[in-house]
Amino acid sequence: MQGISKRFPGVIALNNVSLEVYPGEIVALVGENGAGKSTLMKTLGGIHQPDEGTIKINGETVTIQNVNDSMGLGIGFIHQELNVFPNLDVAANVFLGREPLSGGLLKLINRTKIEAQTDVLLKRLGVDVSPRTPLSELSIAQQQMVEIAKALSLNTRLLIMDEPTSSLTLAETTRLLQVVKDLRAQGVSIIYISHRLGEVTEIADRVVVLRDGANAGTLTREEITHDRMVTLMVGRELQHVHQAKEANANPNYFVVENLQTKRYPNQSVSFGVGKGEVLGVSGLIGAGRSEVAQALFGVEPALGGRILLGGEELHIKSSQDAIKHGICLIPEDRRHLGLVMDWTIQDNTTLATLTDYAKAGLIDFAAENKVAIEMSQKLRVKAPSVAAKVSQLSGGNQQKVVLAKWLLQKLKVIIFDEPTRGIDIGAKSEIYDLINQLAADGTAVIVISSDLEEILRISDRVAVMHEGKLTGILPRAECSEEAIMRFAVGSH
Amino acid sequence: MKKELGIFILLVVLCAITAIINPRFLTPVNLQNTARLIGAFGILSLGLGVVIITSGIDLSVGSVLALLGVLLSMAITQWHIPGIVSVLLIVLAAMALGLFHGFLVAKVRIQPFIVTLCGLLFYRGAARFIASDETKGFGSATGMESLQNLAIGNILGIPTPFVLLIILSVVMWVLIHRSIYGRYLFAVGNNEDAARYSGINARLMIASAYVVCGALTGIAAVIFAFYTNSVSPSSHGNFFELYGIAAAVLGGCSLRGGEGSVVGILLGTALLQVLQNLVNLIGIPSSLNFAVMGAVILLGVLADQLLKQRKK
Repeated sequence: MQGISKRFPGVIALNNVSLEVYPGEIVALVGENGAGKSTLMKTLGGIHQPDEGTIKINGETVTIQNVNDSMGLGIGFIHQELNVFPNLDVAANVFLGREPLSGGLLKLINRTKIEAQTDVLLKRLGVDVSPRTPLSELSIAQQQMVEIAKALSLNTRLLIMDEPTSSLTLAETTRLLQVVKDLRAQGVSIIYISHRLGEVTEIADRVVVLRDGANAGTLTREEITHDRMVTLMVGRELQHVHQAKEANANPNYFVVENLQTKRYPNQSVSFGVGKGEVLGVSGLIGAGRSEVAQALFGVEPALGGRILLGGEELHIKSSQDAIKHGICLIPEDRRHLGLVMDWTIQDNTTLATLTDYAKAGLIDFAAENKVAIEMSQKLRVKAPSVAAKVSQLSGGNQQKVVLAKWLLQKLKVIIFDEPTRGIDIGAKSEIYDLINQLAADGTAVIVISSDLEEILRISDRVAVMHEGKLTGILPRAECSEEAIMRFAVGSH
Repeated sequence: MKKELGIFILLVVLCAITAIINPRFLTPVNLQNTARLIGAFGILSLGLGVVIITSGIDLSVGSVLALLGVLLSMAITQWHIPGIVSVLLIVLAAMALGLFHGFLVAKVRIQPFIVTLCGLLFYRGAARFIASDETKGFGSATGMESLQNLAIGNILGIPTPFVLLIILSVVMWVLIHRSIYGRYLFAVGNNEDAARYSGINARLMIASAYVVCGALTGIAAVIFAFYTNSVSPSSHGNFFELYGIAAAVLGGCSLRGGEGSVVGILLGTALLQVLQNLVNLIGIPSSLNFAVMGAVILLGVLADQLLKQRKK
């Protein structure tokens, strides 16, 4: 790719960007949100056409008008949000839209053939799953392997992976990275987009850094270090140190006793969070952490147990109840649960506190606009104006809008569920600062995260869950990746 | 706002064409008649619009008109309930039916299409049974003139239903576009889960939309009953829900929910009625009536789609 430029109304998304990938090479593409990584890849995937620049494959200039062109050229794209059909089985997913036919005019799908071919692909990826298993029965990691199998079945020479590990557990990540390395050994070129610099350091042959829609630098294998990448990405040094806090005055400010959720009705969870404390909640995906959060916020009310705030028992049957008591949840799935994607920043920001800018049930639009602008500035949301649709924002900015919505009211307990999933380093540290600020202001903060680095960085204590049970609560001094993982896999 | 402008231009063009081909379009009698129908159908469409904004649908409206029309006639002529009380009871009954639909949709979680499809069948059957399949009128019950004027009277030369529509539209405009309630309705229609995660009682919002729709249907039921003056339980209100849905969709409501405007719905209703008028006035065989409506709605939605794609 040479000299690629792409303009959208009002923004230059890509400015003269170049990128080369050699056969059998893993190139990591890193950069902050809005740096242009996705746009650049979308020009390869046929979703956007560049305004300037050329794309060459093996020296030949090609034009990619649509997704089919891209696939035809041997480019495979594994998106962050998987594109699978949960109702179909593995083989049907892999061959969707190009099923080999039999039966002449009847055009029946040749199941034997697609199952056999799918089996070969799955074996190549080392996945032990029958081609007849419906996708809905597979884990996210296995579904991702199905997507990779699908890409391979198209004779993919270049595989683009966008944040492939953002919803994987540690063990699954290790497996995926192995698969990526195996593919490299088989001669497949890979463009690997990730915010997890540890992974990048482990697998990349070369790192290409983008900043503000332009090339910011390239690091060869020997030059790749965490700090160098960060410096190129943000152009400044970042602080990683956990700020130790003084001993907590009231460790049992927000108390959860024997909470039972629908997912794990036979297990119960008890813990307490102090005023101004950050409690990290770690565990593998499916450990029941989100379910606890949803019960505390009332969107999936608890089956049993008690919730106490400042010694007073709360009865939370709906999100309105939770909000009334100053409890809020920043959900993991911000696109479906956190935001109304078709709406503007302003409308999303004020959605939970509209009554504060209304008289007699009628909205005071000027007041609404004023607070939306204030919050956007305070949280440094990058957007042309508060009238911009949130669907046009990057993940980090979207998350800031979700936060803005809640920071407009007096909170006593705030629960974050995977607060920085798919968010770049710069925005991440802004969100960590906000979490620390909230705690310093006396809010009880609960942070659910699968990212151990994140947990260790922000937590005062870490609660670990395994299959619906709370397997341990570690004080700050005893926290380490190993200790947490031991509890997370239930082998303490 | 652009969508409304497009439809407004279409309406003006249609009026102009009709007026040129047949100047009778512009006679006061014709304009009054058309406005009267716009009034009655508009009230109906506003109600459907609110439900559609929450990504719901109400197919039972036409049958509800028949059932309530029959009941209104019987209340006044057979049970001798005072007219004004009967009218109020009818509107309340319509709201109760709306509440029932809302309960089934929001609380029991049955799809609105199915709930109201069953309503469409059930209320039609109930209307025919209650009326013994006989056409019900209002005869010459005394003191009826003032009530009948709701449908056939004029205020300063403007048909009463049209005046009612304007008043209700202003109320609905404030409710939908200026109030917290309206914002919540759009939120729920656009993304029910995100609304719930923002502390909105999504189920209550959805149920309330059916009650609002019921209230407006009830008002329209009274107008239609007095307008036709004889309610035939098997045909009264047939297809009227579809006119309402068509008007809302033409006016920019998305059946996926979360989109729509009062002005758009009004323009959509007006467009459909002018279209009917056009069929009559320019000598298109009336058997083609539905075909013309279908074609125009399709073209309208198609044009909108093309414009949208071009913008992208």
